[in-house]
Amino acid sequence: MNKRFFALLSVLVIASLALAACGGAGGGGTATLKIVSSLPLTGSSLTQTQTIVNAMTLRLEQAGGTACGGKYNVVYESWDDASAALGKWDPAVETENANKAAADKSIVAYLGTFNSGAAKLSIPILNAAGPLTMISPANTNPGLTKADKDEPGVTDSYYPTGVRSYSRVVAADDIQGKVAANFVKSLGATTVYILDDQELYGKGIADVFEATANEIGLTVLGHEGIDPKAADYKALMTKISTSNNGAAPDAIYVGMVVDNNASQLLKDKVAIMGDNETVKYVGPDGIQTQAFIDGAGADVAEGVYASVAGVPFEELPESGKKFKTDYEAKFGPLTEPYSVYGYETMSVALKAIEDVCAAGGDPTDRAAVNSAVFAIKNFDGALGTWSFDANGDTSLTDMTFYQVQGGAYTSVGTFK
Amino acid sequence: MEITKKQFKFNWRRLLFSALVLYVVFLIGPIAGLDVPAIVANIQSNPSQLIQFLIIGISNGAIIAIIALGYTMVYGIIELINFAHGDVYMIGVFTSLTTLSLTGTLTSQDPVRIVLGLIFALVVSVVVCAVLNASIERLAYRRLRNAPRLAPLISAIGMSFIIENIGLIWAGQSWLVPLFGTTGGASQKSFPDMLGILVKLSGFNGGDVNLFASTPLFTQWRLTLNVKDLLVIVLAVSLMIGLYLFVQRTKLGKAMRATAQNRDAAKMLGIDIDWVITATFLIGGGLAGAAGLMAGLYNNTAWWFMGFRAGLQSFTAAVLGGIGNIQGAMLGGFLIGLLASFSDGYLNARWTNAWVFTVLVLILLFRPTGLLGENTTQKA
Repeated sequence: MNKRFFALLSVLVIASLALAACGGAGGGGTATLKIVSSLPLTGSSLTQTQTIVNAMTLRLEQAGGTACGGKYNVVYESWDDASAALGKWDPAVETENANKAAADKSIVAYLGTFNSGAAKLSIPILNAAGPLTMISPANTNPGLTKADKDEPGVTDSYYPTGVRSYSRVVAADDIQGKVAANFVKSLGATTVYILDDQELYGKGIADVFEATANEIGLTVLGHEGIDPKAADYKALMTKISTSNNGAAPDAIYVGMVVDNNASQLLKDKVAIMGDNETVKYVGPDGIQTQAFIDGAGADVAEGVYASVAGVPFEELPESGKKFKTDYEAKFGPLTEPYSVYGYETMSVALKAIEDVCAAGGDPTDRAAVNSAVFAIKNFDGALGTWSFDANGDTSLTDMTFYQVQGGAYTSVGTFK
Repeated sequence: MEITKKQFKFNWRRLLFSALVLYVVFLIGPIAGLDVPAIVANIQSNPSQLIQFLIIGISNGAIIAIIALGYTMVYGIIELINFAHGDVYMIGVFTSLTTLSLTGTLTSQDPVRIVLGLIFALVVSVVVCAVLNASIERLAYRRLRNAPRLAPLISAIGMSFIIENIGLIWAGQSWLVPLFGTTGGASQKSFPDMLGILVKLSGFNGGDVNLFASTPLFTQWRLTLNVKDLLVIVLAVSLMIGLYLFVQRTKLGKAMRATAQNRDAAKMLGIDIDWVITATFLIGGGLAGAAGLMAGLYNNTAWWFMGFRAGLQSFTAAVLGGIGNIQGAMLGGFLIGLLASFSDGYLNARWTNAWVFTVLVLILLFRPTGLLGENTTQKA
């Protein structure tokens, strides 16, 4: 019986090998360019990242899956940089993804990452591999591109070859954190307590918020990092409830992503300090997702504010509105604001490939594609008309605030 | 007993090592928020808050203690760290939430029906987790019982991953529980505050969840003791007493203790070892199921990954109290709950885990067998 089992198993193994071989050999004739994305697809961020992946797929489909007038087939693969063991992006997996991309010569663009901490790991690896251009739809940590926003030498250490190879279509947190502090002040708050999830992104934006708050005269009562896996935060919230000379602060700012127990933190805040009208609760783009509201419960999340770079869907240019219509026709209702950034990164990658061809270059040359990305100026995309600067940062710096109203985020205003 | 005494023999190397650890604690302490004058001033200015942190710590500790019992019982009997135990607890949370949803308890407006629904959910969760835990033993551990100890350990880690992924899939089934929403299995799910709803509907305590609401304890001292705090503590303590009596007074309990002391000798005396081990897993799983409902009602969150941290904390609690020792696990659970609560409250939340594990290291340095001593066979 055991023998038969092993025979069956060997047949299965051989069959799967044969199938895999077929898959690899397919698509002869025209050359293939590969674009990959590396985003956390295991964890609460999936609610956001799935729409990014869908948007990238949609954009490539609209381009017909080819480039340079049919000379090249363009294929897109979505990679997961999260692991079940961590339940969010995993440093080991992100590093592995970057190494895998570096080794596969058919890959000409790396779209990602979602988390700034992950970008910090893959930028140097991809920089040394060509450089292979990396375009992020969502990283907002300023130090990834702006040397003056981090400790001396940190930003440069991400680019061992000295050539910039990382760009992003979203405005960085030196803008987001500053706008958020001004926004909290505009809500009438004079005291604020700051919490972060101790990640590069969360702590980064919380630090910018704190610095700006001190500048504009908001009293910062405390700034603490939370344990993102704790069962609850009742003791912490009890402490905060008396941190303002025995009373609760006017507002709480949280620098975090939804995977890091954001819903539980809010739940305990509401249980101890009451609704989000009494003590305002403001966060960055990391909590601007339906998963955050569903996790906390619509009644608990009511009144929470969150900022996202860019303008709301209804204020996007025609091409942005068309993206939303096309997306919804294919994938169903869309509320996640990051989807359009995913769409834009794919547009940028395809544009760069086309530009290389148009200039008579070879789009399989990674360095050429990278230069073409950085050369993009006055790009007419779904986000509007914008350019990359020498650091790879976008010229768009709008920030929109959303508030949870009736169980969904609704935009309440755009700031610069 | 003699072996334990020997381990306490005066030892220069250990003294030096302890001194080093103490040095590190007091050097790093101030960075990690250990600012003693500020803490004293804080307590003086607001002494009632100390009681509040105590209440929060005890409620959290009660849940940790109940899960820790499952670890310690299994370790006591087969010397296996059942890594899947924390995930069985997570399944308990999802089982209770699903049962509450399927029986219509979540949307019910009738207090009697809610109470019955909660009791039914408790029973279902206990049964499901007990059977799940026993099946894990049957599938993954029994065949490896006489294998090198690393083998069942790895097998346990494997089971943990399998159950986590079951939770991940389960949380995505919104046709089963509409409350799961459309955001997929990976995101945290809200576990409605059924006790709060129950109190409001029944008009108990004037409809206020805070039992102290109309007493000077709240009006003057701002103390809150919620219905759910009380329920968690009462339920946990009664489960612990029940378990203690069961192990000490019943025949099966005696058989368990005999098996823990010496499996072969117990076998020779005619004890059905397989059944005793299965029973241990059934009880441990049942406790995890009860803890699942308690945690759901207390923290109001269901998440496929919640078993990992709960498991780690409970395992730490079991080691702190002395692994294999039932009273030790209870003590360890409450201690960890209190430590975390005081650290969040008076030190800096950023360092809470560091403090919890520093205390663990210190206690193990001076009492390597845990606070109440290990209760397992000493194998040559």
